[in-house]
Amino acid sequence: MPLAVYKGPFGPEQAERLLWRAGFGPRGGEDAALAKKGLHRAVDSLVRPHGADRLVGKPPRVDGHGIAPKDAFGHDHLWWLDRMVRTSQPLVERMTLVWHDWFATSNETVGSQRIMLQQNDLFRTIGLGSFEGLAMRVTINPAMLLYLNGLNSLKGAPNENYARELMELFTIGVDNGYTERDVREQARALTGWTADYQNGYGWTRFRYKHENHDDAMKVVFGKIGAFNWKAAVKLCINHPKHAAFFVNKLWGYFIPVPPDDETRAALETLYVHSGHNIRPVVSAILKHPLLYEGPRMTKSPVVYTAGLLRRRGDRISTEDWIWLDAMAGQQLFYPPNVSGWNDDRWLDTSRFRARWLIARRALEKHAFNPEHASPKDRPPSDPAQLVDKAIAFWGGVRLTDHTRKALVAYAEKTMAAAIADENRQRAFPMMTYNALRHLVAVSPEMLTA
Amino acid sequence: MSDCHSCAEFSRSQLLTRGFAKAGRGLPAIEPGMPEPAGTGLDRRTFLSRSLGAALTVYGAAAFAPRALDEAIARASAAGRNERVLVTIFAPGGWDSLSLLYPTGDPRYRHLRPSLALKPGDGRPFSGDSRLHWHPSFEALSHLHTRGRLTVFPAIGYYHPDQSHFTSRHFWEVGALDTRQSTGWLGRLLDVIGDEENAMQGLSLDSSLMPSLATARVPVATLTNPGDYGFDSHNVWDVPAVLLQEAMGSLGGLVDETDPFLTNASATIGQADRLRRQLGRFIGDDGQAHYDTKAKYPETDFGRRLAGLAALLHAGFPIRAVALQAPGSYDTHSDEPGALANGAKEVAECLAAFQHDLEIRHLGGRVVTLLWSEFGRRAEQNDSNGTDHGAAGVGFLMGTSVRHKMVGEFPGLARGLDRDGNLKHTVDFRSVYASLLEHWFDVDSDRILPDAKKLPRFNLV
Repeated sequence: MPLAVYKGPFGPEQAERLLWRAGFGPRGGEDAALAKKGLHRAVDSLVRPHGADRLVGKPPRVDGHGIAPKDAFGHDHLWWLDRMVRTSQPLVERMTLVWHDWFATSNETVGSQRIMLQQNDLFRTIGLGSFEGLAMRVTINPAMLLYLNGLNSLKGAPNENYARELMELFTIGVDNGYTERDVREQARALTGWTADYQNGYGWTRFRYKHENHDDAMKVVFGKIGAFNWKAAVKLCINHPKHAAFFVNKLWGYFIPVPPDDETRAALETLYVHSGHNIRPVVSAILKHPLLYEGPRMTKSPVVYTAGLLRRRGDRISTEDWIWLDAMAGQQLFYPPNVSGWNDDRWLDTSRFRARWLIARRALEKHAFNPEHASPKDRPPSDPAQLVDKAIAFWGGVRLTDHTRKALVAYAEKTMAAAIADENRQRAFPMMTYNALRHLVAVSPEMLTA
Repeated sequence: MSDCHSCAEFSRSQLLTRGFAKAGRGLPAIEPGMPEPAGTGLDRRTFLSRSLGAALTVYGAAAFAPRALDEAIARASAAGRNERVLVTIFAPGGWDSLSLLYPTGDPRYRHLRPSLALKPGDGRPFSGDSRLHWHPSFEALSHLHTRGRLTVFPAIGYYHPDQSHFTSRHFWEVGALDTRQSTGWLGRLLDVIGDEENAMQGLSLDSSLMPSLATARVPVATLTNPGDYGFDSHNVWDVPAVLLQEAMGSLGGLVDETDPFLTNASATIGQADRLRRQLGRFIGDDGQAHYDTKAKYPETDFGRRLAGLAALLHAGFPIRAVALQAPGSYDTHSDEPGALANGAKEVAECLAAFQHDLEIRHLGGRVVTLLWSEFGRRAEQNDSNGTDHGAAGVGFLMGTSVRHKMVGEFPGLARGLDRDGNLKHTVDFRSVYASLLEHWFDVDSDRILPDAKKLPRFNLV
């Protein structure tokens, strides 16, 4: 079965969209550079980055200090946001975010940034490899064992929480070919994991303890065996409904409208024939025409925040990003529940205000003070030129006529209010320029990509 | 745990209250027979209310249109500007009554609390019982008590106390010792006295519906904060700042039929702009909320919510029952003193400011406030300088109309403990509910509380 591949022009506009979907938007000039490679080499460079990740630019510094991601509240958020801003392997970082949402685990329950960061590293390290391998490692990952009660789920007293979500949310889909009995039997198969609690340190020495495991026969999906945790995961990956579930769910992270039946079937085949590998499926999705020709997607709050900083090459220099992103609906390491964040809910009147405040914060260090600006900083007083300058500040983002007209109308009004007033003529262009950059940053075109 | 003083069950129950249960997902098994939070089955819709100038999430009113909502609010506020209001405030986690109102005069106190016991000089003496002293963080409440604005229930609870956060809170929210009850006690009150159109009658000042307000018949609403909705920018002032507000709105109205997400982003900006205009009522040119009050609230989210509530009541909004959550987290299994003191101080100071505000606005006679927690804590402290889940705790009723300084007595730490070493109750919380229903709202509490017939009443107001 043929898989559709985008055949249209691949210029900076398409490269920019690719960088937003597969990363956190372009750094200055990154879209043009990527466009030169053409679609195939561009996608390959993202899915198969060379060598180790390089973080470009200055590391975070908050109140004169470096950050403490394992210890200080919210610094885990800053630490990861910084990686998104500075990474030279954006898709690796973006896949880490995908898996954080897919296998959503919240520190609200886990209660340890150290353990959460360890899980995060797992996603980063093997997030483009075998999905079976990933699901295996997640199953026995300390954060997940704590979050969904896999820890100390014992022979004779199995906890069904993880077994249920493994099938419902992670591998097969709700009401998609398993029964309550399968849940109970899988819970038995998953028993055996334990850890020690050390005062002053927390949970440690996560390990499998055979005497805690129920090694009697189980019946799962009609198959009989003395299944253990590895078998439990394998049974899910080999479930007839898994490949379709996987392809649909993964697709949804990159393209906001569902694939047609033919595309889905082709992606399923690709996935199964590759031995349940993630990379080829992501690669195919990133080359699909719908990514370039279909509708825009709403950026999530952290993608939006990281994108603003990345575009400007700005370092993380404030803890404000923690509460601002939380207010916008996405504090990293604290997904709302085990099904992850709800992508349909990224924008409402409160969350839009949070985006406004995020843009305000990102612009703070760039905002000219009209009272202390040198003449060389003085922007033009022509409304259209002011608007162009504000757009150029954000890398020449492509605006609709509707938005551009709104911006020009604003600049015309402020300039008109400055007529015949020398002080205003000095100050208003600068303030207008500050405001225009803010308006561009929260425009519908910048909220989506 | 080292960096988390709360038990895992409490963290999970916090998640559950945030709609976790509604999604039916990842529901950690907290206990067998765990109740489903009241109100989780209600339909909800979000509206922008013009008259209120805020986004209201309305529950249990699927057929409502925004205009009808505003008209209903206007009608209801014209009909009764002087109706009585009950505010309930929940302190999450089960706060330690034996520290908040500490029995320093009880011979067993220091023995049970070797490292946690407060000294007689730490807090003010409690005039209702010479054995008890106010926690220093509750000083503001102690002054209200002296002024006759506060009734104290020193041992409030119920028979066969449940030590699960989840179940015990549920009992208090629904006003019954019944895990299957799915409407809240205030919700059932509103079903009797309320209006089929006025969603403001039951107001959850929270991001989600407080379960006590879950109704079966009439609509109720949630409102996070009436103020706090400005759009300013750094180094932009004067005319460009004023015009910036409008310019933000002009980014709305973009329609691209091929692109629903772009259109939606623009539509959201349009909604934000309408909301901004409507909120003008409480928001000054500086973009900050101004409630026109002389009361000094602490600069905290909780303080701002209460200040907003006083302003809404003063503006004549037809509110009858309000529920919100207090700041702080009181599940103090370890390192109790700091966590308890911080939360308690903010609660006490905000409540004192709220009471003062209501009095200046001449609303004192219309409002009473009930402050509660799902249980108290074990009389004997644990080895982590904290306390574990207990039974009876302390509750408060604040208002200009309260009649008593104390209702029920402190049972003492010798004979007042049950077999598990937890404080026995001397007042059943459902008696307080029944008394308020009858004396404050003038309704037959049999219609609202399943066990009303069995419960004694107090002349609280």
